[in-house]
Amino acid sequence: MNALIIARKEIHQAIRNRWVLASTLLLAGLALSLTFLGSAPTGTVGVRALDVVIVSLSSLTIFLIPLIALLISHDAIVGDMERGTMLLLLSYPVARWQVLLGKFIGHLAVLAFATCLGYGIAAAALIATGSRIGADSLAAFAAMIGSSVLLGAVFVAIGYLVSSLVRDRGTAAGVCIGLWLLLVLIYDMALLGVLAVDQGRSISAAAVDAMLLLNPTDVYRLFNLTGFANVSSFAGMAGLAQSTTLSAQGLLIALLVWTCVPLGLAAAAFSRREL
Amino acid sequence: MMTTVRISEVTKDYGRVKAVRGASFELSQGELVALIGHNGAGKTTLMKLMLGLIRPTSGSVEVLGDNPAAGQFAGRRQLGYLPENVSFDTALTGRETLAFYARLKREPIAGALKLLDAVGLGDASSRRVGTYSKGMRQRLGLAQALIGHPRVLLLDEPTTGLDPELRQTFYEVIQRLAAEGTTVLLSSHALTELEERAGRVIIMNRGIKVADGSIERLRNIARLPTKIRLKIAGLSPGELPSWLPAGAPCRRLNGHFVEIDAEPDRKIELLHSATASGTAVEDLDVIPPTLDELYAHFLRQAEQTS
Repeated sequence: MNALIIARKEIHQAIRNRWVLASTLLLAGLALSLTFLGSAPTGTVGVRALDVVIVSLSSLTIFLIPLIALLISHDAIVGDMERGTMLLLLSYPVARWQVLLGKFIGHLAVLAFATCLGYGIAAAALIATGSRIGADSLAAFAAMIGSSVLLGAVFVAIGYLVSSLVRDRGTAAGVCIGLWLLLVLIYDMALLGVLAVDQGRSISAAAVDAMLLLNPTDVYRLFNLTGFANVSSFAGMAGLAQSTTLSAQGLLIALLVWTCVPLGLAAAAFSRREL
Repeated sequence: MMTTVRISEVTKDYGRVKAVRGASFELSQGELVALIGHNGAGKTTLMKLMLGLIRPTSGSVEVLGDNPAAGQFAGRRQLGYLPENVSFDTALTGRETLAFYARLKREPIAGALKLLDAVGLGDASSRRVGTYSKGMRQRLGLAQALIGHPRVLLLDEPTTGLDPELRQTFYEVIQRLAAEGTTVLLSSHALTELEERAGRVIIMNRGIKVADGSIERLRNIARLPTKIRLKIAGLSPGELPSWLPAGAPCRRLNGHFVEIDAEPDRKIELLHSATASGTAVEDLDVIPPTLDELYAHFLRQAEQTS
């Protein structure tokens, strides 16, 4: 109940601050341009138009959604402490975990709204312009939107964890940018480098799976690019899809774990903190 | 009288800084208590301890029967707090802000919104808090502290930024609450304001409680001289009245006035001689030691003993 009151206030604030508007417009704009410009080099691919969009859009999501999520969440705790609003809030009959959960629900709702609407517009535009879209493509697209929201949840939780550990907002922003670079860019490059050097001699497929599970963006990538046969043929991931033993369900559970663990750690760190 | 706040042997360290050292006191229902001390004397720390925002290094804190730091937050529904430098989320309006806090306390929102009129924010209630002046934010802070008739009210520097008229209303409101049984603890630098209003004064210095009691009691303990100010006709400059006992500390003020520092037990005697027939006294004022002077006295004493 308390968490919902706080969630409601966060959503209210995000609407006032134009956060909702800005992130929805950003996601919709990029999704639309990928839908119509992105398919230009491949030409018209008929019924498979949406599958191409899924491939390009999920690659974009890996960069953008974590960034937006970290932007919203990195100062949720340390920022409110610096502004002094946390002091007053905690003098009310609210537990700290309720404050954190409330903010999480609120921020995730904002992100979910922006993603569903922004990406939904792209799909609607494809249908409106006369592309015929198969039911399996629609299912894959819906799964892509859902997992994008889940990826957002992961990074909102990571942002809270950083926010509840550091001393000031500047540090929180710096650490979050570093984490973003690490998880979105550096990790994959390093992994690719290691695999290329190793040439499959000592690193087993299970070890590769484990390394992919250690990065939530890779979990997301695997889920979307290999989860659906119709998509993976376009994604150039068919090879990886065959070698991996991770099921779609397993990948979703991995994303949930990636949400719950940082959130739990953030709650623990926050409740120990003194104001 | 029911005890609402109990602080026993509380010490709070921030690393090497000792914010509060071995403080003990109890606050009862209906008391209006002034907590005074320099910046860094431990006033805010004491309030944060009572709110459970921080945990004491040693000792125990009890507010309305609960240990506030143990996560027993039910008691906080009956607690009002106004932090020093209160701040709000700037995107929401005054009305939305107050409604949010009323919801958290499970208090009817309509009743809470009436407080906006009470603190003079009725006209600005649909404006964003970001557009408010410092004084208006302070008023909003007061309004949120008063939501739902709290049984314990902790006010940290409540009158900074308030105009004189609103200060008057503010003291009326908290005096009425105290009369209805609320424990009011307020810290302030404006000692003259507190003088007539606070039933009890607690003086803190470097984390140690150095004095605690009603102003009369503190005056008795401090034994500071009462000032007797006399207007005497026909007194030439530099001359002192003849009836004045030798050695009584006194001084001339701007020509017409003589000011005598009277020890508490010699006060009546001096007044008798001053008003005896034959003296040329035209007017007379008796000024008891002010809270400012008491405060300075206790701080000096604390510094000497430490």
